[in-house]
Amino acid sequence: MSNANPLLDVSGLTKHFPIKGGFPIRRTVGAVQAVDGLDFSVAEGESLGLVGESGCGKSTTGRLITRLLEPTGGKISYRGKDITHAGRKQLAPIRSEIQMIFQDPYASLNPRQTVGKIISGPMEINGIEPTGGREKRVRELLEIVGLNPEHYNRFPHEFSGGQRQRIGVARALALEPKLIVADEPVSALDVSIQAQVVNLLQQVQKDLGIAFVFIAHDLAIVRHFSQRVAVMYLGKIVEIADRDDLYGNPRHPYTRALLSAVPEATADDVPARERILLKGDVPSPINPPSGCRFRTRCWKATDKCASEAPPLVQVEGNKPGHLTACHYPETDGTVPAPRLSKDPQAAA
Amino acid sequence: MTSTDQQAFLSVRDLKVHFSTEDGIVKAVDGLTFDLEKGKTLGIVGESGSGKSVTNLTILGLHDRHRTAIDGEILLDGKELITARESELEKLRGNKMAMIFQDALASLSPYHTIGKQIGETYRKHTGASKQEARARAIEMLKRVGIPQPDMRVDDYPHQFSGGMRQRAMIAMALVCDPELLIADEPTTALDVTVQAQIMDLLKDLQQEFGTAIVFITHDLGVIADIADDVLVMYGGRCVERGTKQEVLRTPRHPYTLGLMNSMPTLDGPVDVPLSPIPGSPPSLLNPPSGCRFHPRCSFAEKVAGGLCSTEQPALEVVGGRGSACHLTPEQRQEFFADFAVSRHN
Repeated sequence: MSNANPLLDVSGLTKHFPIKGGFPIRRTVGAVQAVDGLDFSVAEGESLGLVGESGCGKSTTGRLITRLLEPTGGKISYRGKDITHAGRKQLAPIRSEIQMIFQDPYASLNPRQTVGKIISGPMEINGIEPTGGREKRVRELLEIVGLNPEHYNRFPHEFSGGQRQRIGVARALALEPKLIVADEPVSALDVSIQAQVVNLLQQVQKDLGIAFVFIAHDLAIVRHFSQRVAVMYLGKIVEIADRDDLYGNPRHPYTRALLSAVPEATADDVPARERILLKGDVPSPINPPSGCRFRTRCWKATDKCASEAPPLVQVEGNKPGHLTACHYPETDGTVPAPRLSKDPQAAA
Repeated sequence: MTSTDQQAFLSVRDLKVHFSTEDGIVKAVDGLTFDLEKGKTLGIVGESGSGKSVTNLTILGLHDRHRTAIDGEILLDGKELITARESELEKLRGNKMAMIFQDALASLSPYHTIGKQIGETYRKHTGASKQEARARAIEMLKRVGIPQPDMRVDDYPHQFSGGMRQRAMIAMALVCDPELLIADEPTTALDVTVQAQIMDLLKDLQQEFGTAIVFITHDLGVIADIADDVLVMYGGRCVERGTKQEVLRTPRHPYTLGLMNSMPTLDGPVDVPLSPIPGSPPSLLNPPSGCRFHPRCSFAEKVAGGLCSTEQPALEVVGGRGSACHLTPEQRQEFFADFAVSRHN
């Protein structure tokens, strides 16, 4: 888990988007509680995965860390320095160390700029003149992300989706960041291309020692990429643990349900794990349920769950660093069961 | 296929769909053949641009007739659809065959209530009154698991959540008890927990009514869950077909194998890099010569005489199982076994 001096430390992070209404004087009539009291930290060179369903606040969290959004409450510190409400000037040196990769490779590149211009943009803004010039550096970056350096003068529309995402990665690497927030970096890509980009990101992480906050809804990809994983539900972290603990011994009922719902490409007629079918939809974050937010869909919920919000703690039976926010944590450590007889014929 | 399958409920024979564009002719579907029986689900797997959606729009007759050249046969319950007149197709669409689209919000009209949109199809095909149509809409909403259907029937699409909209679309598609249901990536935009709900719903409805389902997706996991038979498409052609067990357990085409190997699993090894398929999907304006997969295929060099880049492999189907690849069965066994072992250990 986190060491004494984490790269990024977040405590009690909260973001409420106000809802305006009324006439003739518009006033705040409510708030979308997108993120409500998150605590986590990211060590140097580590990858933290954030998973959850749409609307759980994972993208908002990414935007709060990069300070594209102003937090409503809580604290974000980067290398021990409080940047929660830091102004433009204070943020400038930090912005170059925290970069972002976006989901949509079509919307996140300016169609009127050449690849060279896009990738050298961050250097220009920060007035950085690398040895040998910016063009040389851009060519290096193109090479790192597996594109032809000769493509320097091409425009984004000349590239496929996977290649565009590589351009996005090159841009994020331009300033030699220490932390990259990747918001669904592969979900817009074709299946056969996703693996290419995941491998590239993993390579970059290993070679350059960059820490990642990897936001995705695909549990298998998050497992592949992240050493630690946090599961979010309606603006709160319900469980956070090392990869193996979370996937091998999920203690929160929601984590278990989420894992059980992932369809796997296996032809076995007996499902690999018992599927837990959650009823209904995620409640509205404008008016979240009292107490535990998952209780409206949980099969174990009692009166206690409605009145008392469970704290995110190391519940009995958890390894150090494995925190679960549940009054009645799952005890069946065998779920999800490993599939022993997977593809026997193919392996033979 | 052989003449014994003539009775298949849906039968597509050597379908070719070509669009003329400013840049040339796009061969979106180039010789596709399959059959589907009632009560069965055919899963079509493929990436963007593989022709899977075009195939299904063509079955429904929703293509642009002026810019599309279609060749081949589509028989629904013995009736030829390609040459059918628009008025005949109108009678079939929504009645005998129906479609569920990927993006439920874009496929529902924002100006009409859910109930009206569901009832519209029903009234058109049965001549029912407004009251009857409303009652039917409520019944359908109840069947797809929308709580308080008698209240929600008067809601507009924006008042529904993503999963509920998809349910409403399924209700709309099923309102006339169609015998053929085409689902084009119906769960791709949904979260896994909602996706599981929708797939269970489709399976239940199929069991109840014996609907034939064509399920289009890029997700092999979804295929494993719902399909009976699988057809893998690449570059407008079928590269492999068979039952779900056959295709997922012992894939025969390097593309199918590549897809399976490139997907991380929930219990596979984590410290090794994924094995992606190199390159990107082909352009259908100017597809590669020979086998369309050969520029991305890691086995192409192993076929004698550079056959892969010059000659298009034929799809040989025996008993519903087949693949279009130049590798000999012995080569396949040898090369694919390595892959399988490296993946599962």
